[in-house]
Amino acid sequence: MVATADEQDPKGSDDRIALGATGEEIAWRYLAARGLQLIARNWRCAPIGEIDLVLRDGADLVICEVKTRRGTAFGAPIEAVTPRKLARLRRLAGAWLREHPGGGWSGIRLDVVGVLAHPDGTYAIDHRAGVGG
Amino acid sequence: MSFGCTRAVALEGLTGAPVEVECHIGDGLPAFTVGGLPDTALRQSAERVRSSLVVLKQSVNQRRVMINLSPAAIAKHGTSYDVAIAIAVLACLRTIPQDACRGVTHLGELALDGRIRPVRGILPAVMAAAAHGFRHVVVPTANVGEARLVDGVRVSAYETLQDLFDAYTSLARGASLPQAPPVEASSPGQRRCVDLADVAGQHEARVALEVAAAGGHHLMMSGPPGSGKTMLAERLVTVLPRLSDAAALESLAVRSLLGAVDTKEGLDKTPPFVAPHHTATMAALVGGGSGQVLPGSISQAHRGVLFLDEAPEFATSVLQSLRQPLESGRVVIARARRSVTYPARFQLVLAANPCPCGMGFGKGLACRCRATERMAYGARLHGPLLDRVDIRIEVPPLTRSGLTGEVGESSAEVADRVAQARAVQAERWGPSGWQLNSQVPGSVLRRSPWRLPPEETADLDRALDRGRITLRGYDRTLRTAWTVADLRGKTTPGRAELALGLMYRAAEGVQR
Repeated sequence: MVATADEQDPKGSDDRIALGATGEEIAWRYLAARGLQLIARNWRCAPIGEIDLVLRDGADLVICEVKTRRGTAFGAPIEAVTPRKLARLRRLAGAWLREHPGGGWSGIRLDVVGVLAHPDGTYAIDHRAGVGG
Repeated sequence: MSFGCTRAVALEGLTGAPVEVECHIGDGLPAFTVGGLPDTALRQSAERVRSSLVVLKQSVNQRRVMINLSPAAIAKHGTSYDVAIAIAVLACLRTIPQDACRGVTHLGELALDGRIRPVRGILPAVMAAAAHGFRHVVVPTANVGEARLVDGVRVSAYETLQDLFDAYTSLARGASLPQAPPVEASSPGQRRCVDLADVAGQHEARVALEVAAAGGHHLMMSGPPGSGKTMLAERLVTVLPRLSDAAALESLAVRSLLGAVDTKEGLDKTPPFVAPHHTATMAALVGGGSGQVLPGSISQAHRGVLFLDEAPEFATSVLQSLRQPLESGRVVIARARRSVTYPARFQLVLAANPCPCGMGFGKGLACRCRATERMAYGARLHGPLLDRVDIRIEVPPLTRSGLTGEVGESSAEVADRVAQARAVQAERWGPSGWQLNSQVPGSVLRRSPWRLPPEETADLDRALDRGRITLRGYDRTLRTAWTVADLRGKTTPGRAELALGLMYRAAEGVQR
């Protein structure tokens, strides 16, 4: 059984954790190049879970989920973001806002970044902005 | 941001509404949603379409696809939208020309590997599309015979979504899909294997069957098991006139809703014969069902014969539900939000044993039923339903003389006489709007110019005076007598014809 990267199950092998961390690093650099500023990384909120990246895009708050995969045998990385995971991301966004009041945000956005790690060390990045519905 | 659309049909009963299938592919997480009141089968269309598109190498698995079926307020059932949804997606992706598919109605279910599977209700769906001016349909190859029965419609048929996709992508600008090649008509085999000549003896019953066929009278046969009631009933459709094109289409459309119909020999013009089992529920007989309202036996027998064997064994409520369709020729199945009307103009043939044990014929010496059992058995059929049955006969057990007698007439010979008698009736009643004697109200027959001279009706009048028949029975006797006269080539019924009509009333079926 091939386990999928899932924030509910952080007990993966070191290799997988390393892959996830690399993916987040790549995603963050990609977003930074597009003018987004990092506010927080791996922000945890028990018992809901973890936000991979919290960023600022102008006056908007961006809650970002990063999915990293080595292959597409089980679908593209972004296909792993199910409606249930999206709902959790939405709850996490609410939790973050409660913990950090007074941000004066004009909008809250949910983004997903899919990172596909090729065997030769290159990456393909698929950024979907505003997936909150 | 892109947009694609094509057409389908939403069926509710036999009425179809044209549906616009719209596809929008937008940004966001991968999704495939179907809007516009789909039922479960239709919502699952998303999986079939996605998988079929992967086979075409046109995957939308990572796109956000939204399908809308407009008008969105009409409830939509079933799997016939799959092909239309796939085409709308392909048009949206701009891989097939938008102009070529926009006005085309697509019907068919997709397999996961992209094969196009046949669906139910093709005939009424194509009729509805044509009636609303959409005269080009794409159907599964297995349904092409059915779709072709509708006049003035361009029918294209494909086995797989790949074939359909290739046909669209190779179209010249402004061209439309080619017509499906004509279906090869298989040899008109001997489908009518039953014939009236098969029935041994039973002279009286054969005459009654002929009268019933000629005048469109409902018939009730009572007799012990094995006397040939079922054989006779099955042969009624062989002496009835062949259906007109319009009537055959109406009848076929109902059966199309229940499954693919056999169109290998073109339009089947034999009147349908439907014989539900006596355990049939109300929904099975008159139509209904959860979700989709499907036609019942009485609508499948539209323009044909409904045969209820062991009629007293049917649930009383089920039998009584036949009354309204018998009068109006259609059945209205009402639900909280909608009501569905199906045609149900059928000729009713009832068969019954004389008593629960079946031996209570003649002197009834072999019958082992208690008197109360016999009465209860007979009472099940009495009342308003049996009042609508013009001809009631007893079918006695077959004797050896009946077996050794000469072979009876064939269905073809009887059918000729029936056709002639029907022509006479149509000529007589046509100006008043009726076709058959069984449709003429009794009041018309009792009044000038159709009133018979008193010396001819003397026996009948006496039976009425003595309370042996009711006024309704009087009218029914007149009707049957007119049919007998038409069959015998007489201009009006005389004493002999009225006597036969009276005999058909006097044999009170189950109970005397």
